[in-house]
Amino acid sequence: MADEALASTGVTLRPAGAQDAVAGVRPRWVALPESTEEVAALLRVAAERDLAVVPVGGGTKLDWGPPPERCDLLVDLCCLSEVVEHVAGDLVLRVQAGITLETLRDRLAIAGQELALDVPVPGTTVGGLLATALAGPRRFRYGTARDLLIGITVVLADGTVARSGGKVVKNVAGYDLGKLFTGSYGTLGVITEANFRLHPLPPERRWVTAEYGTDVRRGRELRREFPVDPGPLLQELAASQAEPTAIELDWADSGDVYTLSVLVEGAAAEERAEAVRAIMTGAELGDKPPAWWGRLPEHVTLAEIRVPPGVAGQAVREVAGADLPGRRLRGSAGAGVFHLGLRDGAGVTGIRARLAPLGGRVTVLAGPDGGADRWGPIGALGLMRRVKERFDPDRRMSPGRFAGGI
Amino acid sequence: MIATLAQRLKAVLPDQAVITDPVRLRTYECDGLTYHRATPGVVVLPESAEEIAAVVRLCQEFQVPFVARGSGTGLSGGALPRSDGVLIVTSRMRRILDIDLPNRRAVVEPGVTNLAITEAVRDAGYYYAPDPSSQQICSIGGNVAENSGGAHCLKYGFTVNHVLALELVTPDGDIVELTELDDGYDLLGAFIGSEGTLGIATKITVRLSRAPETVTTLLAAFATIEGGGTAVSSIIGAGIVPAAIEMMDALAIEAAEAAVRCEYPAGAGAVLIVELDGPTAEVARQFAAVERICREAGSFEIRVAASAEERAAIWRGRKSAFAAVGRISPAYIVQDGVVPRTALPEVLAGIDRLQEEFGIRVANVFHAGDGNLHPLVLFDDAEPGQGERAETVSGRILDLCIEHGGSITGEHGVGVDKSRYMPRMFTDDDLATMQLVRCAFDPGYLSNPGKIFPTPRLCGEVPRVRKGPHPHEAELF
Repeated sequence: MADEALASTGVTLRPAGAQDAVAGVRPRWVALPESTEEVAALLRVAAERDLAVVPVGGGTKLDWGPPPERCDLLVDLCCLSEVVEHVAGDLVLRVQAGITLETLRDRLAIAGQELALDVPVPGTTVGGLLATALAGPRRFRYGTARDLLIGITVVLADGTVARSGGKVVKNVAGYDLGKLFTGSYGTLGVITEANFRLHPLPPERRWVTAEYGTDVRRGRELRREFPVDPGPLLQELAASQAEPTAIELDWADSGDVYTLSVLVEGAAAEERAEAVRAIMTGAELGDKPPAWWGRLPEHVTLAEIRVPPGVAGQAVREVAGADLPGRRLRGSAGAGVFHLGLRDGAGVTGIRARLAPLGGRVTVLAGPDGGADRWGPIGALGLMRRVKERFDPDRRMSPGRFAGGI
Repeated sequence: MIATLAQRLKAVLPDQAVITDPVRLRTYECDGLTYHRATPGVVVLPESAEEIAAVVRLCQEFQVPFVARGSGTGLSGGALPRSDGVLIVTSRMRRILDIDLPNRRAVVEPGVTNLAITEAVRDAGYYYAPDPSSQQICSIGGNVAENSGGAHCLKYGFTVNHVLALELVTPDGDIVELTELDDGYDLLGAFIGSEGTLGIATKITVRLSRAPETVTTLLAAFATIEGGGTAVSSIIGAGIVPAAIEMMDALAIEAAEAAVRCEYPAGAGAVLIVELDGPTAEVARQFAAVERICREAGSFEIRVAASAEERAAIWRGRKSAFAAVGRISPAYIVQDGVVPRTALPEVLAGIDRLQEEFGIRVANVFHAGDGNLHPLVLFDDAEPGQGERAETVSGRILDLCIEHGGSITGEHGVGVDKSRYMPRMFTDDDLATMQLVRCAFDPGYLSNPGKIFPTPRLCGEVPRVRKGPHPHEAELF
């Protein structure tokens, strides 16, 4: 019955297999729409037939987060992967949600431009990046997806197609639905198109990298003087008038040495990187990033730590002091956002308690949660539930995949 | 009913914080857009979030609309009061509550002026980046409502990119905190720029930015506006993102000259102000390129500010431009349309044609870097028919912006002034979807009603056709 109705939309449809499972829940069908209108047609049928829908892009994070309460239809946006409009002179881009960021990067590079967002997980699509709001090193300078998104097209649970924003950078006409959908984990509707502000590709990039020890017991084996607390150095780097684009920390094993790497890009990058090197004792300067740059740490359970930037150093010490088997910490120390790889979810409750006094938040992005709530406390959960009820009153869009059971 | 409400308001606020005297009420009848006027039913001057919450709860009880107002400098009638409602003025909430340099943030009350934040942290080498031209008097609460920009948002973004957390009073009268650190929907982002329709911000945590090592400001004079336009395109095409690129045409220069004697180069058909900031080494390289580009585009005079005073002198003409046209015209309408930068020449030509067709002069002042036009449509309100013609020209300019893929407002907001143009830019479905957010926050339609949307969406009850109970029903509200 429902399959006939879905087939009547003319959208390519196939039965779902085990590989299509969403955090362990196997849908019944996978649809491959090729336009916003086709997505709308699918969602209208889903509304009539009470089908639960989960949108998917590259599928790189489909096993993240809690499983959906139910899932009938996976809407795969792989075939919505066109660059709709790129006017280089306007530094503005309009793309369909299924395009991967790697493809986009190559396309834009031809025009000497870029979308200044990093891709911590290879194969991520524009839609997936927006839905999860995952960001990488350059958030320190450019912010995250929400800051560069200037327009969005979405399809709501009942098949309504809605747009907000536009293709100009400066625009305050109407509510910004883009902000609302960014980081909404597919629970409000399906993102089918996005407009972004672009930046010129920087003419030069330099990385200034140094290792810092944390344990004086290794004294002679280490090559430099090592501060235990990265806090003061992070403060100095963040305030540096050399204007670094990113300040990253990697502590990807249980050893006593962590690495700080700072990206300086743009005109006169070499001179500015030298100014950064003067702050970082014993640092090396190069035109290639360290191998770990912009990648998530290895993990079974992956948590995101967010703290006010001034206490990032303390947060690192709290993580170091916690009993976290197999801990791997990496992230944007300058911005106060880290990713923590763990062997299991057992340590989540403990690290959350340690960071709470600093105003920190810990979210379990992927893997077993060890019995902890995946999401931290949320001040405005009541309002969020009301938003969800208005957009998706029947709870059919990725139900249960989001904070507070949304 | 308002009289009864006023009595009840006096029970939750000090007597002097509730204004009912008709003469005093009239001082609040408009914001910066003076041709929309309404005398508020009652005005309150609360001093805390708790007081605002108490006022809002009373409005709910009486089913009376409320409007929030900061300094009243808005240019879209966003703070236009309701004669059947309460105007909540935040001017007594102007404390800077915390300056936290290690975390690069400050916590302020909504009535604090934009510039006061920068002044409080300047000596420490920091500033608050968004800088609307009214920054000396406009309030942060108003900036949050309008998502204010300014000349420097080309490089640094808008209010929404610089606010880290908000405490707000919801239209239900609850006090809620939204922070970028929390999981969940980005309600912080959705709230900023909602023009007072989703509640009232009562505490604002803003990002403080490190002052750049170097600021260089250049003024280039061109014989024609086309020359200036070519320079702008070439600067952007060279991969340079200046802190600001502003342009003024001959009529705007004439007005500024009459008002503040800015002494821009004589005979200029257009002037361009380009400001570069950042690390000294970077600015030095970019500046050389900008200067060369301006000369190649035909600039006949370039001035470079060598000091803070000279920079202020260059900016004086630009920042005075709106008020200055009062010197050359009895009345004017300011527009705030945006076009893709590459469409600027065509749209400016279109504005020229409108001037000829309707016999109405238009002075052009604009943020050229991001295509945000501020055409000043000049008219004499004593001349019969001129006001209507100016209004028509103004609307046609917005049509031009929309035709070229732009927006009806870049930074002033929709308010009451431009709500009728919203359907030209958005479909009914777009507007109805946006109003789902309104329904989630303000189902009773009491928070600044009549702004942004030309037609209110009736919210009704939340349709509850669930198959089972909400897993977290017990925690709801």
